[in-house]
Amino acid sequence: MTATPSPAVAAEPIDRFSLPDAGGHFGRYGGVFVPETLMTALQDLGAVYEKARLDPAFQAELKNHLKEFAGRPTELYFAERLTRHCGGAKIYLKREDLLHTGAHKINNALGQALLALRMGKKRIIAETGAGQHGVATAAVCAKFGLECVVYMGAVDMERQSLNVFRMRLMGAEVRAVTSGQKTLKDAVNEAMRDWVTNVRSTHYILGSALGSHPYPMMVRDFHRVIGQETKAQLLAREGRLPDEMIACVGGGSNAIGFFFDFLEDKSVRLVGVEAGGRGIKRGEHAARFEGGKLGILQGAKTYILQDPDGQIELTHSVSAGLDYAAIGPEHAYYRDRQRIDYAYACDDEVMETFQLVSRLEGIIPALESTHAFVHGLKRAKAMRSDEILVINLSGRGDKDVNQVAKILGVSL
Amino acid sequence: MSRIAQAFSCAREQNRAAFVAYLCAGDPDFNTSLAACRALLENGVDVLELGVPFSDPLADGLTNQLAAQRALEGGMTAARVFEFVKKIREFSDVPVVFYTYYNLVFSNGIEAYVKAAKAAGVDGMLVLDLPPEEGAEFSAAARAQGIDSVCIVAPTTPDARIAKIAAVATGFIYYVSREGVTGVRDQVAVGIPEAVARIRVHTQLPIAVGFGIGTRAQVAEVAAQADGVVVGSALVNIIKENLAARETIAPALAAKAADLVAGTRR
Repeated sequence: MTATPSPAVAAEPIDRFSLPDAGGHFGRYGGVFVPETLMTALQDLGAVYEKARLDPAFQAELKNHLKEFAGRPTELYFAERLTRHCGGAKIYLKREDLLHTGAHKINNALGQALLALRMGKKRIIAETGAGQHGVATAAVCAKFGLECVVYMGAVDMERQSLNVFRMRLMGAEVRAVTSGQKTLKDAVNEAMRDWVTNVRSTHYILGSALGSHPYPMMVRDFHRVIGQETKAQLLAREGRLPDEMIACVGGGSNAIGFFFDFLEDKSVRLVGVEAGGRGIKRGEHAARFEGGKLGILQGAKTYILQDPDGQIELTHSVSAGLDYAAIGPEHAYYRDRQRIDYAYACDDEVMETFQLVSRLEGIIPALESTHAFVHGLKRAKAMRSDEILVINLSGRGDKDVNQVAKILGVSL
Repeated sequence: MSRIAQAFSCAREQNRAAFVAYLCAGDPDFNTSLAACRALLENGVDVLELGVPFSDPLADGLTNQLAAQRALEGGMTAARVFEFVKKIREFSDVPVVFYTYYNLVFSNGIEAYVKAAKAAGVDGMLVLDLPPEEGAEFSAAARAQGIDSVCIVAPTTPDARIAKIAAVATGFIYYVSREGVTGVRDQVAVGIPEAVARIRVHTQLPIAVGFGIGTRAQVAEVAAQADGVVVGSALVNIIKENLAARETIAPALAAKAADLVAGTRR
């Protein structure tokens, strides 16, 4: 199923700002595939965002909230004991886990909440998988006095009950989604149904670099700060660019934000890590590049796990945030361009590495981010000690401790 | 003249609105669904809108989601949907329009899918999540096969977009009379005559109105305002209510269709 790009395309120099085109396409990926009722809202959102993006006042306001409310910049941390443990490359961690609400998601939630205020929309809806995007959205809605409804799969609500309670504490209404397999994909369907119904009053804060244009571009832009900071911090500290950067990829927002400012730096190897679940068998994983094919889901054309008829397949991952059948369209494009490589990590390796990182560094990573560590530690071992590897620690694992305890057979 | 155009023009000559009925193919199983469609077609339905069950029907309300789920659990597949239409064609010439999502059309090649649909006896297709901006490949394939490309206009669609949609639509325009997903409502939406007039500026195609229509009185109200009336969830609900005794589904739908069709007279 792997698409082989023509050598000509792969050889063209990358201009990261040239994409997407006006229709939201990243090459043959992306675009706008929604019911007619949403077309006008998406076009309006695109226009409002375009203006905001170029408006210094908007950017200054966002920057201020990112600093004072979210806690940016986040540290670039040298993981000394992990480095020694692997005995290879120097391992740095971009500490997005230190952000308010516990993950990178707040970058995008703040940006989109400011857009909603500009559009005069007082009601916010969001979907959430692991609950991190839901918590970030609930937090910014409380901060700005916006009504907030979060859709969450019933299965995910059980896996992430702590986050459900956090959202409710901050005044959000969390609605359980019981259709389909009751996880992230079904929560997106419900959020889109709500949006179709309440489109005039409501802004949908989509939480990943997914869906219809302008979302993949907009969400990417709001997370670009991760890579921008990483670059400046590493240059200040090591005087050079990293050799390799690794991030986990569900929809792909933390990864694209982390990678974006390095896309043109050819010497930097970029790797996204998908969820291998219980192994690459149908219905047992969420590695779209391992068993998926080109299709259309929830607004975008991209790689999708689907059956031969085009029905979307069930997915599985120990991490709710990566448990999704489609990947962000920009990732599919840069994979074709052979600019970003993709790997996957399976549940059992993730459980092991989750404990290892906790013990060695005193940092409990989110199960999602742990996927990046699984691959990162393998890579670090294979790299030389004068090479530098940066892992995006996209979120903290506090939300996962109940589930991990359950898997390990520990009663709390 | 296509079968769809004929159906609308025939209704107009009889001074009534065309009655467009929706069911999900294979809900709850192949044979019951076929009997259900037959009951509709024998009781005055002018156009049969056949939902092709999809795992992620994001434009549909709960009623139609569950119908799609039942159909998939009942063994409906892409190949069986075509077989289903062929069976309908053994006893009826009423136009059939697929109501579907783009991934199902796209996944094994658009041209092959449209060809197979045509060969089975499908007259038109409404691809819910395919706006005209992305629809060039599908439109070309549909045109080449003589399949009508039915398009949706929503209350939120501005005039400039109506023109763009009208330029690619064939068969009829489906005006969804309210923002939201499919499902029965208590009252018919307001502003239908104004919307129909706005659309009429850009097209001579028949304009059918749907979303939330479920009673004879509602059908009558809309029939006075548009060329066609679409009823879906109200019919699907009858299937849901009679799942325990599947043999009662077709007779119940026959009675409901006859009642609703009576409402189309102006």
